[in-house]
Parts: sequence; structure tokens; C-alpha cells
Amino acid sequence: MHPAASVIFFTTASGAGYGMLVLLGALAPSGLLPTDRWFGGVALALALGLVTAGLLSSTFHLHHPERAWRAFSQWRSAWLSREGVLACLTYAPAVLFAASWLYFEALSGVWGPITAGMAILTIYSTSMIYASLKTIPRWHHGLVPPVYLIIGLASGAVWLVAVAAGVGEIPGLLLYVALAGIASAAALKLLYWRSVDAAAPSSSPGTATALGHIGTVRQLEAPHTVDNWVMREMGFSIARKHIRKLRRITVVLGFAVPFVVLGGLAAGSLPELPAALLAVVSVSVGVVAERWLFFAEARHVVALYYGRVSV
Amino acid sequence: MTSLPKGTARKLGLVIDLDICVGCHACVVSCKEWNTSGYGAALSDQEPYGDEPTGSWLNRVHTYEVTPSDAPAQIVHFPRSCLHCENAPCVTVCPTGASYKRVEDGIVLVNEDWCIGCGLCAWSCPYGAREMDQRAGVMKKCTLCIDRIYNENLPEIDREPACVRACPTRARHFGDLNDPESSVSRLVQTRGGMDLMPEQGTKPVNKYLPPRAKREPLESFASQRGDSDRNAGSRSAGLLDWLDKALERLG
Amino acid sequence: MTAEHSQPYLDCSPKVSDEIRRTTCYMCACRCGINVHLRDGRVRYIEGNRDHPVNNGVLCAKGSAGIMQHYAPSRLRTPLLRIGERGEGKFEEISWDEALDKAVSWLASVRARNPRKLAFFTGRDQSQALTSWWAQQYGTPNYAAHGGFCSVNMAAAGIYTMGGSFWEFGQPDWERTRMFMIFGVAEDHDSNPIKLGLSRLKARGAKIVGVNPVRTGYNAVADEWVPITPGTDGLFILSMIHELLEAGRVDLDYLLRYTNAGWLVIQDSGAPDNGLFARDANAEPLAADRNNGGVAPAKSVRRNAALQGTFRLPDGRSARPVFELLAGKYSHPAYAPETTAETTGVPAGQTQRLAAELARVAFDEAIVLERPWTDVYGEQHTTMIGRPVSFHAMRGISAHSNGFQTCRALHLLQILLGSVECPGGFRFKPPYPKPVSAHPTPNAEFQPNQPLAGPHLGYPHGPEHLLLNDDGSPLRIDKAFSWENPLSVHGLMHMVISNAYHGDPYSIEVLFMYMANMSWNSTMNTKGVMEMLSAKHDDGSYVIPKIIYSDAYSSEMVAYADLILPDTTYLERHDCISLLDRPISEPDAAADAIRWPVVEPDRDVRGFQSVLLDLGARLGLAGMVTADGSPRYTDYADYIVNHERKPGVGPLAGFRGTDARARGRGEPNSSQLERYIDNGGFWIENIPEEAQFFKHANLAYQEWAVSMGFFDRPHPVTFALYLEPLAKFQRAAEGHGERIPPEHLRERIRETFDPLPKWYAPFEQELLSESGKLGKFPLHAITQRPAAMYHSWGTQNAWLRQIHGRNPLYVPGEVCDAVGLEDGDWAWVISHHGRIKVPVARMNALNAKTLWTWNAIGKRKGAWALTPTAPESTKGFLLNHLIHELLPPRGDGLRWSNSDPITGQGAWYDLRVRIEKAQGEASECEPRFTRQISPVGEGPEEVAYGEEWST
Ligand SMILES: Nc1nc2c(c(=O)[nH]1)N[C@H]1C(S)=C(S)[C@@H](COP(=O)(O)OP(=O)(O)OC[C@H]3O[C@@H](n4cnc5c(=O)[nH]c(N)nc54)[C@H](O)[C@@H]3O)O[C@H]1N2
Ligand SMILES: Nc1nc2c(c(=O)[nH]1)N[C@H]1C(S)=C(S)[C@@H](COP(=O)(O)OP(=O)(O)OC[C@H]3O[C@@H](n4cnc5c(=O)[nH]c(N)nc54)[C@H](O)[C@@H]3O)O[C@H]1N2
Ligand code: SF4
Ligand code: SF4
Ligand code: SF4
Ligand code: SF4
Ligand code: SF4
Ligand SMILES: [Mo]
Repeated sequence: MHPAASVIFFTTASGAGYGMLVLLGALAPSGLLPTDRWFGGVALALALGLVTAGLLSSTFHLHHPERAWRAFSQWRSAWLSREGVLACLTYAPAVLFAASWLYFEALSGVWGPITAGMAILTIYSTSMIYASLKTIPRWHHGLVPPVYLIIGLASGAVWLVAVAAGVGEIPGLLLYVALAGIASAAALKLLYWRSVDAAAPSSSPGTATALGHIGTVRQLEAPHTVDNWVMREMGFSIARKHIRKLRRITVVLGFAVPFVVLGGLAAGSLPELPAALLAVVSVSVGVVAERWLFFAEARHVVALYYGRVSV
Repeated sequence: MTSLPKGTARKLGLVIDLDICVGCHACVVSCKEWNTSGYGAALSDQEPYGDEPTGSWLNRVHTYEVTPSDAPAQIVHFPRSCLHCENAPCVTVCPTGASYKRVEDGIVLVNEDWCIGCGLCAWSCPYGAREMDQRAGVMKKCTLCIDRIYNENLPEIDREPACVRACPTRARHFGDLNDPESSVSRLVQTRGGMDLMPEQGTKPVNKYLPPRAKREPLESFASQRGDSDRNAGSRSAGLLDWLDKALERLG
Repeated sequence: MTAEHSQPYLDCSPKVSDEIRRTTCYMCACRCGINVHLRDGRVRYIEGNRDHPVNNGVLCAKGSAGIMQHYAPSRLRTPLLRIGERGEGKFEEISWDEALDKAVSWLASVRARNPRKLAFFTGRDQSQALTSWWAQQYGTPNYAAHGGFCSVNMAAAGIYTMGGSFWEFGQPDWERTRMFMIFGVAEDHDSNPIKLGLSRLKARGAKIVGVNPVRTGYNAVADEWVPITPGTDGLFILSMIHELLEAGRVDLDYLLRYTNAGWLVIQDSGAPDNGLFARDANAEPLAADRNNGGVAPAKSVRRNAALQGTFRLPDGRSARPVFELLAGKYSHPAYAPETTAETTGVPAGQTQRLAAELARVAFDEAIVLERPWTDVYGEQHTTMIGRPVSFHAMRGISAHSNGFQTCRALHLLQILLGSVECPGGFRFKPPYPKPVSAHPTPNAEFQPNQPLAGPHLGYPHGPEHLLLNDDGSPLRIDKAFSWENPLSVHGLMHMVISNAYHGDPYSIEVLFMYMANMSWNSTMNTKGVMEMLSAKHDDGSYVIPKIIYSDAYSSEMVAYADLILPDTTYLERHDCISLLDRPISEPDAAADAIRWPVVEPDRDVRGFQSVLLDLGARLGLAGMVTADGSPRYTDYADYIVNHERKPGVGPLAGFRGTDARARGRGEPNSSQLERYIDNGGFWIENIPEEAQFFKHANLAYQEWAVSMGFFDRPHPVTFALYLEPLAKFQRAAEGHGERIPPEHLRERIRETFDPLPKWYAPFEQELLSESGKLGKFPLHAITQRPAAMYHSWGTQNAWLRQIHGRNPLYVPGEVCDAVGLEDGDWAWVISHHGRIKVPVARMNALNAKTLWTWNAIGKRKGAWALTPTAPESTKGFLLNHLIHELLPPRGDGLRWSNSDPITGQGAWYDLRVRIEKAQGEASECEPRFTRQISPVGEGPEEVAYGEEWST
């Protein structure tokens, strides 16, 4: 699938943003995070900023953004619609949560947990936009939603660590949450890769053309001699060696580096702010690589009509 | 709502006979020609006279080489357009309600005034039947020529899809696949109509008729009448010893 | 939450068009009827005309893309005068008066001094009745259309053998045939009719056999495929004939009635008339009565004729019946399937089986129509016996140097099976069948300012009809009707430029061409021809001094012309598809049609036919001016209605006479065109029931044909198993008669002019093996017509070029593996003449010794209003660069044309090549050419046709 920059930024940024909201909403009320306004203010602003930036960029790949509002209408059947609705609804508890924290300084209360819950649902529905597409085997996979969720949480946690480092010192629990998040994100992603790499193709040129019963089917001539939109959008594919490189980048920058750095912080053997920022940068680049690959590696069954022997 | 109708009164669709399709692209171009000034936005072409000429089409024809294990490779020409699936993922996936399936005849359409051009429906279609028009920024797809098949401004006989009307080999048939008595249903029955990618669970309405087995019956003169005249092979009996007998029988 | 369904309201009856105008398509030569829907004065939509005999309402890809042709940015807008160098494309726009004055000044001076210095040749010309008449009135011996490089072998073999060939001449009885063999056809001219026919065969479960090195298109849907090796069909067919003869499975009754099977051939080797028919004092051919051995005129002996034996002629010499010679020849083991398999690539078993199947269907599944009829010999028949096997063939067998004999062989097979003009067989379309005797013989005797005595093109009966100077040299620039190609009944357009450049046989002053892209896809040796067109003498003057050309679009040829006469598109002019020219009749009916301006030109262009008549009037050509010297016709429409070839017979056969009731014959009718328009743009007249079959010998048909004005007297046809004119040339080659071929041609004529069809290896192959080079060129390379593209002119079409914007060379899997080629690789393809660098694609459904590609996709940079980097000019290519108009040199210094020795048909498919992998990254095809400047600029960045109407 063609990796559109706007969509990659959207899923990674909003993922991290919602991840932060989840952690803030779930942990702050029970005092497991710094409760001071500085931390809360910066963290919430950053979280909502990332979310909002992501959502806005997701409209860039629409040909008619002026009609984007229509996309809220089909929550009954369409995951994109659900994602849109949930994303917007989430602002409500999030704002109330922020108000109660920053204005009333009454952290305890329902808004934190509700925000966290809504954020989780939003990430989940984002992931389901892709996971629900049967036409793209590498997306239509049980591990896609968990990976989206855990990567959102992990990257969100790393951001929070940075914020904490910025306004004071980093609470140990947060570090362990982040480390745990990164570790399980890595585990899930590796599991996902192994499973999709091993997956047996469901469709073939034979089933696509229904000619398989005669013999092996191979495209001799395409319907057009210049790639059309379908091919540009869904025929995208990258060379094995690039895949390997990008997977390494994902593992190293997305998981390994942040893990080691945060580990160092936990051991108190590193300067807090610089290390935390390094972790943020590293995890962001790594997750963008992961998301780019998520698209680039995905093959659409329509390619079977255009000469691909398997997807 | 882009939820699918519980069922549709009719299932209008195409039955395409791969046994006679010669890959001439007549259906492709007549489709473009009718529809570019028909339903919805024009089917635009980018760089039409340039380096990468490409545009929106609702019907495309591939050529496949099919190689049986025990016979020489053969060629099958293969038209591809929207199959108007009963279980159309392109409809349920659409966030705006622009994509819908008509309850009266099962035709899957895009309401272009609502379409935001997100492309998700095309992602969800296994058959590459949807193309985003690069000028109008809306999704285009086969309309089953809905502006022909019911069009009172056209003579009765012309109320059929443009591609069906144009096809010089009559490889394309249009009708109601819900009605077991319809000509298309009977074709599907007798010729063993096939679904494309059934494993995708889309339940296509359009069906494809398989190429007939290539016939090479064993045949020899020995098995034929008039064999009595067959030249023994030896010229000794005269150049053509069957000739006189044969002429005698002429009288 | 339950999801309930709702959907928007939709108006399913939007307005379609303001008006429908019915005319004739011209996106190719098939001439289908079209309904042009107009809206706001523009073309909204084009669909097939359901009532039209040619296409019954269907429309092909090209026809459906008519809109994009009609509004193509490449359309020429005004007359042009060259100001740059030839080939450069620099022009100045001039007015029609200037253009016509210039043309007249050039043409008039040539006509006054030496008319043969004008060569007037036309390409995709559907008005040959007019263009030939114009050339005849002008008085140059040098006129022909493009048939010489197209498919003259097919046409000539058919006319000489049975009075007609395929396509325009006839077609299978789609309704009744049960086994159909199609040889060497990709698209053919009758594009839609063949497709309609094939689907009818499929519907009836008739068997279709495709004989073709490539298994695409029609061969893909065929029930059986014969992967023939190019150039060997003749041998394959004669091998099937061998089988039929061995098995005694031929239609003797049919042969005795309708062919020269029983005619006696003089056996007197060394005599001037050896191998000619024995004739009586009235030149009536003789036959022997098999009951009493008596020799008498064949027409009196008829069914009693002996088919074997040796008989004594009145003059004491001996003679043998044609059939015995034929049987003797083909029952020879040399024609046994086991022997021919190696050469043809067709397994012996398949050849045997197919022959047996043909016999079974023809004889054991014979059809009987209860339709009484009377033959021209006065015999009454109560039924019509049908042999439901039929055949069709085209350039695959004709575009070879052995094509004439191969086409003859196929007709021989049809006739032996008794399947010509019978139910279920091959059927002629009026005005065919038309025997050689009903055709003119060629004319070339010219004088300053005088018309030619008769038409240029005709059917020679023997050396006496060749067009030669007293020294035996050719009278025509293309050497048509000379010893080099005696039966070149369509001329040799592919030799004109080359001959003119070499001054062989002489040089010319004005080259006048219409509708032929002769500097590109239409010519062999494209690069060489481009150089010849722009070659100069030392004094800086062009070797071909003046070139006038009429095109409608900015083609490659435009760049090489000095004066451009811009034509209209096919929707903007009058045209006439005439029975005098290339008919669109059906086996059961005579038909003709018109084109008319369904939209007005928005440019300063004029229909070429009207321009030609205007030029004729300005030149004062007889028939084009009145007594007082003023123009006889205001325009082509006026000519179509009022011109008469002979009293009562004009370009259109329908709605004649003042009451518009006369058909065929009748005085001109001033409202004729209106009547055609009201009738859908065509006219059709059914043949009476009893006259619909056996037309060649059917009394009722012959009388009907005379009443329609096709003939002035009946012209029954006796099918020529044995072709006497060829024997006459053989005798001349042996030194008999007044006219004797030059030494260097004698052997070739003796060898190839066999009066009984023979197979010989294509010349290119023969010469390469003589010089020991064949091993270097082990493969064949051919082209195919893409259904969705028409030669060069489809490329300017924004829709069609998306389907075929570039072309790979298809290479058999075995060859790929041997040479190490994979899909997308680039390779060098090398012939004795040139080398091209092209992208390749692997293919297995293909004869293992054959490479192929789509024809005419490659374009010159700057042509057709495309960007100079368009894929057609970077990744599209022509095979033409590898094909030479001459055969490989023999060291005798002579220019041997790469053509059939009998008809002069260009031998496009004789090409032999080898293929080598191209090293390094290749991005562009070779050879490359400089960009031609476009007189019309480049097309727009985007098209959204019909935007204003879309709902
Ligand atoms: N769409 C479309 N239609 C056209 C045209 C076009 O450009 N486009 N051109 C028109 C013109 S000008 C013409 S002349 C006709 C020509 O009509 P066709 O004769 O159909 O044209 P070709 O493409 O030359 O077809 C030659 C066929 O013969 C096969 N072939 C080559 N060599 C041999 C051989 O030795 N033996 C056998 N058995 N087969 C062989 C080739 O594979 C090919 O399939 O088409 C007309 N119709
Ligand atoms: N390699 C290879 N070469 C071949 C062949 C092959 O099989 N293989 N086939 C050969 C054969 S059979 C043929 S017939 C030739 C065909 O080749 P051409 O006769 O050259 O046919 P086109 O290139 O289609 O058209 C010739 C010209 O007609 C112009 N034209 C189109 N419409 C009009 C009009 O309305 N008015 C006027 N005045 N001009 C118009 C076009 O712009 C073009 O420049 O190609 C030959 N060349
Ligand atoms: S028009 Fe008919 S024959 Fe031609 S490609 Fe389409 S379906 Fe096949
Ligand atoms: S073919 Fe594709 S576009 Fe058409 S209904 Fe089925 S899924 Fe939707
Ligand atoms: S592109 Fe248009 S029709 Fe398709 S899903 Fe998006 S909004 Fe719906
Ligand atoms: S039914 Fe109409 S829209 Fe659909 S492919 Fe045929 S012509 Fe095109
Ligand atoms: S075959 Fe196609 S292009 Fe040729 S005349 Fe008929 S419709 Fe027109
Ligand atoms: Mo041709």
C-alpha cells in the first residue's frame, strides 16, 4: 500500500497523544504521577496537541476535506467514522479532566478514567480501520489492534517521561510503565512480523481470475500501459532489502534505544532531561519507520490481477 | 446509511463469457465514452498527450496466460469491473454514506456529492473496481449504466449497459441474477458461472463463464464413411484408384 | 443499534442528446454504421447502428473512441507550406487559394511535359473509385492505393482463382458453417463482423481452429490452435490436401461442375503452349469424355469429363486433365504430413486429424437446403447442397514472398471440399464473384495533357498485358506489371519512394500522397526512407523535388511534405462507400453507404475528395470541367450524386432515378444523399432467394447482377484449380513469345509461377541460407494489429493510447531462457538489415521460433501533438527498422524488391532475426530520431470530456 505521509503522521502522533491521555487519565488521579499543575498542564497540552495535529493531518489525504464532517455519520458500520466520532468525543472528558486538574486541582474524579477509556477506544478504532480490511492480509490480522494500542501507550509513556524530566523529576513507576510498554510493544511487533511473514496466502491469481482450475495463471498484458490510480495506491511494493533495513531501524530506534536509555535513567546513571529527550526522538523516528513499513509491506489482493503471484 | 440492505428485490449484474472474449477493449472504451458524460463527474484523463497518460475507467481488460500441466499455454482475455457484490465491503467501510447499495436492484453506487475522496472503499474492494478521479476527487465505479438501463429517453432496446451493447462477440450479458428464469441465470446454470475470489466473502453478483475445454477430438479417415474408397497407399493400382469408383457412383 | 438502509433519490432518465445523426465510422476500414449523438452541437456519444449490415449495432474500441479522434489536438488546422528542411516540421500557414495555386502550378507543368513524373499514391483510401479516376484523367501511369504492401496476395489469388477473396469479397456462412479455420488473422478489416461471426459459431458449438504462430485474440478463443511456423502455411495446407486426395475425400461432382478440373492441359514439353489449356478453333478449352475418351469443348462434356488419363488431341499431341496433374502433384510423399511437420512446426498427427475433420464435416455432415435453382448451364436443381466448412485468412498468409501461392493453396482446399458459395461454406458478397475476364487489364500508355486510355490497375491474362517499354523496362515508377511482379494488381506503393530516390526505373518530380504515413509505420526500412525523402543532390535540390500530402493530423509524414492539404475528420465530410470501389455488401444483399458532415469543421480544412475535384477542375481534367471549362462538380457530394461511370451507374447504387426507386441502374437523383441519410446512411438490397448461393454459376444471380449494373452481361466463374496465366509466364521465361523476361528473372518466374499452388521457402530465408547466414537469424519476427489501436493514428487518441502507449517484444519462454531474458529486460533484435533495442516480455502461448509485437505503437518524437518524451517515442518501437524494402544483396548489383514475385505484395512477415540481451540500464528504444516540430503544438495537460453534461 502507498505510504501516505499524512496518514503515517496521523496514526503515530495521535497514537502517542492518546497514549499519554490513557496514562494521565488512569494514573494521575490515583496520584501515581506528579500532580503539580506544571506537569499536568504541559503533559495534557502536549497530548491534546499531538492528537489534534494528527487528526488534522488525517484530513489532508481527503480530496474533499470540506466535506469531512460527513465522515461522522456512518459510525454504525464504518470504523473510520467510529474513529472520527470517538476522537471528537474524547475531547469532552479530556477537557473536563484537564479543568479539574489544572483549575480545581481536584484530580480525583471520573474524568480521568473516562478520558483514558475513550482514548483506548479511539486508538482501537484507528487500528480497526486497517485491521478490518480483508483485502490486505497483513492488516487483516489479530495483532494489529494490540500493536497499535501498545505502541501508542509506549510512545506516550516516553513522552510523559520527558515531560516529567522537564518539570521535575521522573517518577519511578512511570519509567517502569514505559519500559514495560516498550518491551511488550517490541515483543508484539516481532510476533506480528513472524506471523505475517509465515502466513499462507489466502488468494492467488488463480482465485482472482477463477481460472486456477485450468492451470497456472500469469498476467501477459495489463489493461493499460501506464500505472493507473489503483496501481499507484495499492500496487505499491518495496524490495526485501529495504524491508529488512527499516525493520532494523524500527527495532533499534523504536524499541532498543529508548529501552536502554530509560533503563539507564531507572538506574539513575544518566542525566534526566537529555536522556529523556533522546528517548522521545528515538521512539518517534522508530515508530514512524514502523508505521511506514506497516503500509509499505502491506499488499492488496488487487495486485494479483496485475501480475503479483502472491500477496 | 451505508449499511447494506437486508436483501435486494433484484440482483442486476453482468455475466461475462471468457470463452468468447477476444480482449478487444470495445467494452472498455464504450464504457468510458458513455460514462464520461453520464452519471457523476466526468472520467478525467491526466497527461492525456503526455508522458504518463492515465485516467479513470470503470472497466478494464487484462490478458492472462494460463498454462495447464498437460497442454500448451493458452490465452484468456479478462474484463474486470464492479461485481456489485451482495456483501459489498466498499459500502460498509464508507464513512460518509456516499457508497451505497440500492435496495431495488442491488446496484452499488457512489453518491458523489457526499464523497470525501478518502479512498477507503477502494482499499476494501478486492477487485480494483473503484478508481479515484483525479480531477473531481471523488470515487468512480461501474454504475451498471443506471442512467441507461432505466432511461426513458432511450429506446427500450437500448436500455442495457453501454459495454453490453458494444461488445462485438456478445460476451457480455446483462440481467437479473435473482430471477432463476432470467437468461443470465440460465447461462450461469448451464455454463457453470464462477465467482471471483469467493474466499473474500463478498458474494459477487457478476459471474464469469469459464473458457470451454480446448477440443482436439481424435479423428482419422479410417473412422469415416467413404473410407471404402481410401487409397491402399500403393500407387501400383494407378494414381488414384478410388477415383473411378467414386466417379461411377456419381453416375 | 440496528442499521436501517436508506439511499438518495436518483433520476435514472437523464437527457442523452439533442439529436442523433447516422453515418459511417472511419476509425478503421471496416465501415460500421454509427449513431452520432449530438448535444449543444458537440458529439456527446457514438454508438453502433443496430440496423447496419456491417456491425448490427456493435462498436469496437476504436469506434467508441471516435470522440477523442474527432477532437484530437493533433488535427491540422490550415494548409501548410514547408519553410524548414524536410523532416524538420517547420511550416508556414497559407490560405487554400495559395495552396491550390501552388499544387496546380506543380501538377500542370508536369502534366504538360511528362505526366509520368507525377506519382500519385493513396493509403487508407476509401474513395479509390474517385482517386483512380482522377489519376486516369490526369494521365500519369503512376497511381495506386496501398494494397500492394497490404494484402494484394489475398485479393489477387482470390480473384484469379475464384473471382473473389475474403473480407470485402466474401465471408463464411456464419449461420450454417460447422467448422471454421482462420489463418493468420489478428484483427482484419472486417473487425466487428468477424467477432460477431465467431460468437455465432460459439453459440452453435461450431468448431473454430486458429492457425497462427501467436495464440492471442481470435486464436485464444479458438477450440484448437495450430502453432504454425511463419511462412509455411502453404505447405501445411497442401499437406492437408495430400491427405484428402489420399483418402479420396474431395467433392468430385462440384469439381466437374464448377472448376477446370476436367480441362485438358497440353503435355508437350518445350512447346510454346506446353502447360496451357488445349483449346479448339474458338479458343474453347477442351476436355475428354470419360465414357468414350472423345475430346470436346469442356462446356459440352462437363460432368462427363475424365479426371485422369492421357488423351490425344486433334493435333495429335497428348494432354492430361487438370485434376490428374493436381492429384499427381499433391499425392507426392513430399506433401505427406510426416514430411512437412519439420518445416511447418505442425505435428503430422494434427495435420492428418484436421484434414480428416474437414472431410467429415464437409461430406458426412453435409447440409441440404430445399431451395430450387437453375445453373447457368441450364440445369435445374431441386436443392442446394452445403459443405459446412469455411475458412478465413489475411496478412498472416499473404504478407510473405510466397503469399500468392499460399492463398491459392487455401482456395484450392476450399474448392476441393466443394465449400465455395454453398450453404455453410464461404459465400461471396455482390458484386463478387467477378472473374478476371470481367476486370480490366492494366493501362499505362501516357501522353502530355492526355488522360490514360483506361484504368491503371487491372488483371493481366499473360505477358501481353504487362506494362513495359519496348526495351522491356517498367513503365511504372513502382515497377508494377513488370517482369519483377507481373500480377501486381494493386501496384507497389512500398517501392515508390525507394525507386524514385534511386531513379530506378526513373526519377519523378512530384510525389502526391494521401492518407499514408510513408515516413514511418507504413513503410519498410523507415530510417532509410526518411533519409531518401530528405536526400539532396549536390546542388542542394531534393532528389524527390516536390511532395504534396493530404493528412488530417500531425503525422510523421507531414514533416516530410512540402505542401500540406489538411483534410477534415470523418465526421466532417462526405464520403461514399461504393460498389464501384470496396463494397460493404453481405452474402445475401448488395449494400453501399455514405458519410456526411454530422458536425461542421471548426478549422480551415477541406475534405480531400472535394479538393481533388477542385484541383482536377483547375487543371481542366476531362470529366471534371464542363464544356466552358468551369468546374463540373461543386464538391464531392455533388460528384457522388451526379457522376456516372456508364449510363445509369454511379458511385451510389441506391435510391437512383428521379423517383428514387431505381436500384443499381438509374439516372442520378438529386435527393439521393437525403434518402441515404433518412435510411441511416446506407442502402441495402436483398438478393432473391434462389440467387443467394452458387452465385458463380447461378442463373438467377447472374441475371440479377446484370440488372443491378454490376455487369453488362452475365459473368459466371469457372474456378481455376489450374491457373493458366501463370503457365504463360513460365513459357515466356523459357523464351517463348514476343515478350521474354530479362535473364536474371527467368529462373525465378519458372520456379514460382507454378499454375498449381506450390510452396517455396520465403525469399529472405532462402537468400540468407544461400549465403550461409541463416544460422545467424534463426528466429521469425512479426507484428499483430492491436484491436484497440489503428496503425499510427490511434496514438493521438487520449483513450486508446492509455491501452497501448508502449509495446514490448514478446519472446518465447525457451528463447528467453536460452538468451537469459526476463520480463522487463531490454534486448537487441538484429536482422540482415538493421538492429533495434527494445523491452521484452516472456510469452509461452507462441510458436517457439517466433517473436512478435504490436504494430505501429512506436512514434517519432514531436508527432501527433504528444510530448516529445511520450512513451510511444521512448518505450514504443517499430519492427519496420528491421524490414528492408529490398532482399539481402545477391552481389549482382540489382535491387531485388522484398516482395512476392508474382503480385509484388510486401513480404513483411518474411523477416528473420536473432535476439541478444542488451547490457546495462536501458531507458529508451533504439534507433532514436530527432524531434519533429509540431505544427499544431502539444495537447492539453488534462481532459475531462463531457464534464459540462455529466449529471
Ligand atoms: N484494430 C485494428 N484493425 C485493423 C488494423 C489496425 O491497425 N488496427 N489494420 C487494418 C489493415 S491495414 C489491415 S491490412 C488488416 C490486416 O488484418 P490482419 O491480417 O489480421 O493483420 P495482422 O496484424 O497483420 O495479422 C497478421 C496475423 O497473422 C499472424 N501471422 C504472421 N505470420 C504468419 C504466418 O506465416 N502464418 C500464419 N498462419 N499467421 C501468421 C500474426 O500473428 C497475426 O496474428 O487489419 C485491418 N484492421
Ligand atoms: N511492421 C509492420 N508495418 C506495417 C504493417 C505490419 O503489419 N507490420 N502493416 C502495413 C499495412 S497492411 C498497412 S495498410 C500500413 C498502414 O499504414 P498507414 O497507411 O500509414 O496507416 P495509418 O498510419 O493508420 O494512417 C496513414 C495516415 O492517414 C492519416 N489519416 C487518418 N485519418 C485521415 C483522414 O481522415 N484524412 C486524411 N487525409 N488522412 C487521414 C493518418 O494521420 C496517417 O498519417 O502499414 C503497413 N506497415
Ligand atoms: S468487448 Fe467483449 S470481447 Fe471485447 S474485451 Fe469486452 S468483453 Fe471481451
Ligand atoms: S466489486 Fe468492489 S466495488 Fe464493486 S461491489 Fe464488490 S467490493 Fe464493491
Ligand atoms: S472515497 Fe468516497 S465513497 Fe469511498 S469510502 Fe471514501 S467517502 Fe465513501
Ligand atoms: S455496466 Fe456500464 S458502467 Fe459498468 S462497465 Fe459496463 S458500461 Fe461501464
Ligand atoms: S471496426 Fe471499429 S473502427 Fe472500424 S469501422 Fe467498425 S467501429 Fe469503426
Ligand atoms: Mo493494410
